[in-house]
Amino acid sequence: MSEPLVYTFLVDGDNFTSAGEASVKMKKNLRMLAIAPDIIRRVAIAMYEGEINMVIHAGGGTATVSVHNDKIEIVLEDKGPGIADVELAMREGFSTAPETIRNLGFGAGMGLPNMKRNTDSMTIESTVGVGTRITMTVNL
Amino acid sequence: MTVAQLAERLHLECLALPAPDREIDGAYAGDLLSWVMGRAGTDCLWATIMNNMNVLAVATLADVSVTVICEGCEVSDDLRNAAMEKGVNLVRTELPIYELCVAVSEVLR
Repeated sequence: MSEPLVYTFLVDGDNFTSAGEASVKMKKNLRMLAIAPDIIRRVAIAMYEGEINMVIHAGGGTATVSVHNDKIEIVLEDKGPGIADVELAMREGFSTAPETIRNLGFGAGMGLPNMKRNTDSMTIESTVGVGTRITMTVNL
Repeated sequence: MTVAQLAERLHLECLALPAPDREIDGAYAGDLLSWVMGRAGTDCLWATIMNNMNVLAVATLADVSVTVICEGCEVSDDLRNAAMEKGVNLVRTELPIYELCVAVSEVLR
C-alpha cells in the first residue's frame, strides 16, 4: 500500500467571508486526482461545514485531508471552547451560533448532521475549554 | 437547457457568467446556506435572496450550475467579481423566489 497524500490547511478564524477556501482548494485537488464527482462533493460538503464551524465557534483551526487507496480522511482540529453536549449538538436544528451568523444564512443547526450524512464515519473528540477534534472518513 | 439560454428566456440579469454553456438539471430554492449545501443537487439552479460572499462557496461546493439572486437583492461589485474569479454563474431577477421557480419549471419542462 502506498503512502497517503496529505494536504494541510489553516482555517482563518477572523475572516468569515473567506471561510470555505480550504474546502474549495481541496475540491480542486481531488478533481486533479480524478476522484469520482459524488465522492468529491461529499468530502467538500463535510469539510466546508467543519470549516464554517471552526470559524463561527472556535476562532479557526486546522484541516488535514489524507487521501488513501481506499478512503479519504478529514481531520479538523481546533482550540475552541469545545462541545459540552455532543449528542445535543448532533441534533438537526440545534445551534448555538449568534444572531449575526444566522443573518448570513448559517446557524441552522445543520452543520454537524450534514457532516455525518456525507461521510461513512465520523468521530468527535471534544473537551470543554480545550478544543475539538473531528475525524471523518469517506470510503473510496 | 444551458444557463445562458435560461437567462435569455427569463430575462435574468447576468452578473457573472464564467460558464454560460453549463446545463441546468433541476432547481432548488433556499436561503439557509447549510441546508442548501446539504440538499441542492449537482447542476441544479439555486434560487436565493442571500447575497453575501459565502453564497459563492456554497455554489461552488454544492456544484450548482447557476445561482439566481431573487427579489432584486443588491449584489456588491466584490461578489460579482469574486463570482467571475471562482467560476460561479451568478444572475439576478426582480422576481420573488416562488415566481422565479414557477417560470423555471415552465421552461425546463
